[in-house]
Amino acid sequence: MSRPSSDNAERSPLVLLVVLLGGLVFGVGLAVSEMAKPEVVLDFLQFDDFGLLFVMGGAAVVSGLAFLVGTRLLDRAPLTGRAYGRRLKGLDQNVVVGGVVFGVGWGISGICPGAAYASLGIGNVPILWGVAGMFLGAYAQGYWRSRD
Amino acid sequence: MVGAELLAPEPAAVLAVSGDLFPRGVTQYLVGGLLIGLGTAVIYFGTGITAGASTFLESTLSYVSSVERFNQGQYVRSRDWRVVFTLGIVAGAAAYTLASGTIAWTTDVQWWRLFGGGILVGVGTRVGKGCTSGHGVCGVGSLSDASLVNVATFLALAVGTAQLVQALGVSP
Repeated sequence: MSRPSSDNAERSPLVLLVVLLGGLVFGVGLAVSEMAKPEVVLDFLQFDDFGLLFVMGGAAVVSGLAFLVGTRLLDRAPLTGRAYGRRLKGLDQNVVVGGVVFGVGWGISGICPGAAYASLGIGNVPILWGVAGMFLGAYAQGYWRSRD
Repeated sequence: MVGAELLAPEPAAVLAVSGDLFPRGVTQYLVGGLLIGLGTAVIYFGTGITAGASTFLESTLSYVSSVERFNQGQYVRSRDWRVVFTLGIVAGAAAYTLASGTIAWTTDVQWWRLFGGGILVGVGTRVGKGCTSGHGVCGVGSLSDASLVNVATFLALAVGTAQLVQALGVSP
């Protein structure tokens, strides 16, 4: 049951180029917003600075408008042939359990995946501790769940 | 009359309180957030992909690990662009830092907080099907019920945890 066309579509040079462009803008945004600094995130979580509401709210509104335009007015993405849709995942126990574990980790460290990558970009070398931890955690859960 | 003053705060005091909600101002937060959304939109309009940052942690492991979960079709298919997406995020943040003429910034948060918290972030984002970008930006933007539940859960736990850590005297 191979689907060669869609398999290769996600690996085409043009897709990688557009993803790189989007990633660059995304990274600039994380640097501008200072969410790449764990201290700023911790200040938000400790109610010392509520600015992060504008980061997450602003980003969600723009992406939400993009999804609205894509699903209502457009058909398929030019580079992959993929139908424009929303990001919908099944709501189950994992969504809640994962949210609890992630929340505790975010509260301890002040880092989340995207912001941690951007943090490396602003020269924050100690963030490699966090990135190493995230890979270790991702590996541990994948190893454990593959044994079932 | 201390009591009377408490009952009727002066306008200046009210302004000071609202100012304290955003001690660094709001401009950089709003501009940064709009740019994060724009980056998501660029990828979406070009490819139809709603990009999240945490799947990279698992899909990249498929290059070096034979564990079944990391080698599922959707991870192997997407692992190349996810590497490119992450490199783009690093490069974009680096380019902004260089262009704005600021020197490299280093956190004072202790290594064990980054490492220990990072482990939980790695477990939680992958078990929970997404992170601050996948659920928080794309999922909330999609008004997905799973994402709204996930975000409400991790926000509540993160606030509680960060305040507990602070109360225990750990800073930063």
